[in-house]
Amino acid sequence: MSRAEPMVAEEGRQAAETGVQGGPPEPPLPPPARIRLLTTSVSPRTAWILRAVSILGPVTAWWALSATGMVDPTFLPSPSAVWSAAVDMAGTGDLPSDLLASLGRIGAGFGLAVLISVPVGFAMGTLGWAQPLLEPVIGILRYLPASAFIPLLIIWLGIGEPSKIALLVLGVVFFNTLMTADVVRQVPHRLLEVSATLGASRLRVASRVVLPHALPGIIDAMRVNAAAAWNFVVVAELVAATSGLGYRITRAQRFLQTDRIFAILVVIGLIGLTIDVALRLLRTRVGRWTR
Amino acid sequence: MTAGLRVEALGKEFVPGRPVLQDVDVSVAPGEFVCVVGASGSGKSTLLCLIAGLSRPSTGRVLLDGHEVLGPGPDRGLVFQTASLFPWRDVARNVAFGLEALGVPRAARQERVRWLLDEVGLAHLAGALPGRLSGGQQQRVSIARALACAPRVLLLDEPFGALDVQTKEDMQLFIRQVWQDVPSAADGAATGPARRSTVVMVTHDVEEAVFLGQRVLVLSSDPGRISQDIAIDLPEPRSLEVKRTPEFLKIKAAVEDLVRAEHRAHQARLSP
Repeated sequence: MSRAEPMVAEEGRQAAETGVQGGPPEPPLPPPARIRLLTTSVSPRTAWILRAVSILGPVTAWWALSATGMVDPTFLPSPSAVWSAAVDMAGTGDLPSDLLASLGRIGAGFGLAVLISVPVGFAMGTLGWAQPLLEPVIGILRYLPASAFIPLLIIWLGIGEPSKIALLVLGVVFFNTLMTADVVRQVPHRLLEVSATLGASRLRVASRVVLPHALPGIIDAMRVNAAAAWNFVVVAELVAATSGLGYRITRAQRFLQTDRIFAILVVIGLIGLTIDVALRLLRTRVGRWTR
Repeated sequence: MTAGLRVEALGKEFVPGRPVLQDVDVSVAPGEFVCVVGASGSGKSTLLCLIAGLSRPSTGRVLLDGHEVLGPGPDRGLVFQTASLFPWRDVARNVAFGLEALGVPRAARQERVRWLLDEVGLAHLAGALPGRLSGGQQQRVSIARALACAPRVLLLDEPFGALDVQTKEDMQLFIRQVWQDVPSAADGAATGPARRSTVVMVTHDVEEAVFLGQRVLVLSSDPGRISQDIAIDLPEPRSLEVKRTPEFLKIKAAVEDLVRAEHRAHQARLSP
């Protein structure tokens, strides 16, 4: 209550000064609150500390949990056991050859998916007839889980490489097409009009205006879908394969070598991170103008 | 064949029965600087789009040097209120865009771009990306880009509407200078003013229209029609001092009255 008193006195003094009595009733105002923007930022130093915590925190928790001996090491091997399992596998040459096998499948499957989806998405984003023709069918196909196609793909293509690559393509191509189409559609209409008044043909507008404008977004879409491709390559190798990281996991499972499974998971995570960082760097280079 | 720009009985309706423009007739001589003023919603921008060929007229036609306009082309340069530059191309490559489309060889292209950037005072920013430029600088680049192909007609849609007052005044002097200095692709025989680009500029700023235009067209609304065609007899070349002369103020007041009357009539029709 003591807070309200000075305000009353203030009002009385103002009224006396201006000689105004009464006037429109004013709402009782609470003391001004400190308003802040929803989005906040931290210093670069704090950001780096938080990044370190993000990785080291879980690793430390893992290490602490296995050190206490509360969990059977068969279920949760210690970090050092995982490390030695990784060194072991690297030494026999299994890990590098499996890694290469998986990367080769990613390269072929994801590459093929990009080669199909970018032109098709580009057409959907630019040509009036392509959108209504393709969007419904792709919209349905993308909700069919790609892994459910594995039995069919094996019947159709056998258990060799083609069925694995086909699974990757199926898992990536529809999402990447729709995301590419969205990015392409965002090119400002004004830029298309300006290009036309400068005498540019449709082909020139596509290659010199729409493509450069959409390229950073296309790379963003690829980054998102590269993660999905990694998922699918391991899934494919879990089912029927004689090489690859997924195959190595099933093998380790048979012999209850959880340390090996963990080592392979770490490798998968690191490779995924590397792909992500590489595409991010490419995006920054290509999209320098967007900042 | 008649030289210059002719707009004949031009009409445009986006919704059937509600014409935005109706029976618009205008002739603009080669090298003339014409300003179009009108209340908002009077179809000023639609008129420019039709001349540019970005949309097709519902009735009537647009002729440039006797040829009917059927689509957009580099003989009619267009500049919008917000500079629509290619953000990934630096200033020089923005200006070069139209020349690339025309298939001008690299050396000739670079020479023309350098000359144009000198002319618009941006030679030192040739390598800069548009995002780094101020609003006025961006608009200079768009004008240089439109002029690169030596258009017969330069169409300006409220080009300085988004600029602050001082920059706007600079740009008014600038566009006059450019109009005098940069020849259009008229046949080589033409000399003097006839070699200039024809300029059609839309603005809602009456002072700007009277200061820049050799003629001011007042567009009425519902439907848009040319209601007045006023020749502006002010000394050439125009300098900022002219804005303080009694003649200038008199013409400006008269045009303002006309635009205000159109605006009132438009408001009255909206809320009967």
